[in-house]
Amino acid sequence: MSAQKELNQQEPTSRVTTDTQPVQVLEADGSVCPNATVPDLSDEELLSMYEDTKLARRFDQRAISLQRQGRIATYAPMTGQEGAQVATSYALEQRDWLFPTYREHAAKYVHGVSLAALLKPLRGIREGYAVPDGVNVMPEYIPIATQIPQAMGMAWGNKLQGKVDHAVLCHFGDGATSEGDFHEGLNFAGVFDVPAVFVCNNNQWAISVPRERQTASETIAQKAQAYGIESVRVDGLDPLAVYQVTKAALSKAKNPAAGERRPTLIEAVQYRYGAHTTADDPSVYRDDDEAEEWKDKDPLDRLQKYLYKEGILDEEIDAELDERIETTIKNAITEAESVSEDPELMFEHVYEEMPDRLREQRDELAALREKYGDEAFEEVLE
Amino acid sequence: MSSTAEPGTDTGAPIEKLNLVEAVCDGLYTEMSQHDDVVVLGEDVGKNGGVFRATAGLYEEFGEERVIDTPLAEAGIVGSAIGLALSGMRPVAEMQFMGFIYPAFDQLVSHAARLRSRSHGQYTVPMVVRAPYGGGIHAPEHHSESKEAFFVHEPGLKVVCPSTPYDAKGLLIAALRDPDPVIFLEPKLIYRAFKQEVPKGSYEVPLSEASVRREGSDISVYTWGAMTRPTLIAADNLADEYGVDVEVVDLRTLSPLDIETIVESFKKTGRAAVVHEAPKTAGLGAEISSTIQEEALLHQEAPIKRITGFDTPMPLHGVEDYYLPQAVRIQDGILETVEF
Repeated sequence: MSAQKELNQQEPTSRVTTDTQPVQVLEADGSVCPNATVPDLSDEELLSMYEDTKLARRFDQRAISLQRQGRIATYAPMTGQEGAQVATSYALEQRDWLFPTYREHAAKYVHGVSLAALLKPLRGIREGYAVPDGVNVMPEYIPIATQIPQAMGMAWGNKLQGKVDHAVLCHFGDGATSEGDFHEGLNFAGVFDVPAVFVCNNNQWAISVPRERQTASETIAQKAQAYGIESVRVDGLDPLAVYQVTKAALSKAKNPAAGERRPTLIEAVQYRYGAHTTADDPSVYRDDDEAEEWKDKDPLDRLQKYLYKEGILDEEIDAELDERIETTIKNAITEAESVSEDPELMFEHVYEEMPDRLREQRDELAALREKYGDEAFEEVLE
Repeated sequence: MSSTAEPGTDTGAPIEKLNLVEAVCDGLYTEMSQHDDVVVLGEDVGKNGGVFRATAGLYEEFGEERVIDTPLAEAGIVGSAIGLALSGMRPVAEMQFMGFIYPAFDQLVSHAARLRSRSHGQYTVPMVVRAPYGGGIHAPEHHSESKEAFFVHEPGLKVVCPSTPYDAKGLLIAALRDPDPVIFLEPKLIYRAFKQEVPKGSYEVPLSEASVRREGSDISVYTWGAMTRPTLIAADNLADEYGVDVEVVDLRTLSPLDIETIVESFKKTGRAAVVHEAPKTAGLGAEISSTIQEEALLHQEAPIKRITGFDTPMPLHGVEDYYLPQAVRIQDGILETVEF
């Protein structure tokens, strides 16, 4: 044992978990793990969480198919990860803020973004990023890890303004932990002790690069130790476990006990069943068998089995949910496909007041469209 | 054996038909085969062969010591490439998309660009940073950026942007052999747009030499990368429909510029337009326009037109075809300048 590890063990007040075994509530067969406590959720809440997870999976299938048909552009699938997404957002209060990446479709949906709004940017329509008042969700972050210092900053601002009951939850992947922004964000979070929860959706793959090549650390959770903040590893395919640890982390962020620090790093251990995006082909760099092992612990199946065992769900209800989900998604697609982007919109909202030169450019484009017709702009450039 | 032959010249080397991204890959393969100190590093460049297949097959051929999948960290990739170069290697760092180069900006402008001058020439950074560049492929947000001006503005960096497969391979080899750091921008819109005969083996297309793609007498149009093709289409249309004779100059290297070719062309035509994807304000068009005014004011017969992206963030793909200069916009702008 290294001297450092020995020192940690002798330090009884250490708040850092050295347990690499992820927290788990449900076994793969839907039974409750020995010694685990099922989170305090009503039957209705459990059923609702199941329905949203099921909807997320169906949405994923439909979105992939829409991309294949050329009806949306590049899409980042979430199958296998939707349980963790739904569960983390269930743990949020409406006033809490969500910082998602391009993969957190279900997390956004549960926190109030409509399915149509999720689809619009995938059709190149910007208004999908604008959410209704009271829906505290940032537009998705595409440059990796850049959201982490910003989420920290919003949590810091809330604290400075006395709003510590407004927590911030920030998603990112395993790849993001290699970026400088991860270090800077978590370091600031520790120093300024902000009400934020950082959720690393460790899906084992950053496009083609496996987790073990991303960091020589045994776990991602252990990185929190360097920032003096608490961390927890959780089975990311176990929605109830993810809900439990997220709820606890949010509670601590808002109302820490004496000696506790507000921020938490959650490592949700999961797996990206599919491709990084619809532009990616994982068969080039990984074995299909690997996914199969994870699928045995599938979050949707696990929740379904648990609810059947508990008598909360039966085949009749399940079929009703399927029907409702199908209609909801179909309506969202219809809505998203009923709008198109006006080219002049790109000139709007660059500044509060449009500079003269930009106004000239907008008018110039309008004149060219008038003169030549929109067909002239739709010719393939190459 | 090296040559600097133009396409079509018989170098005696076998020829194959390649598209632009295949030519980039072939350029890397060719140099790596001949020089053990050339290594490729970046995100997904190894087993995956690059997200655009620009490094396809290199991992299998040269192994993981020379085709290196790194952790996801652009500053780490470029910073460590600088260190590799200082140690005597010839690193080729890939930025997955130009829109993700910013974490590496500090490494590029504060160090790669100026280690030579800071150290009185003692330390140099012979590396190439490759990045897929520009819009037009309906990619997600942040995947369509054309930010060459940031790097052209930085003394000590060279910036290259090919518009054909032949040039892509030849310029890349020249960049790899160049003693200074080179930002190599690959117009992904035309990665697979067309094939061209590309010699097997080594050849260089020299840096800082523009290419006159079409000779003309009425106006000089300066462009590069993916905008070269719509500019040539516009030129053909203008010849057919209006009898306007357009000269198209493909800059190929954006820094240091081939000022001689730019100015000589302008002295011949007396009129000019610059076509680029990047926003108008403080884009490279401004530099070219000013240079012409400094060098050839008395030849000028019309305002120099800039036909560019607008001064907005790169829009989502739904309207990117309106943002990028299309042949119709280019044609209209050229006509306005010719008729001034």
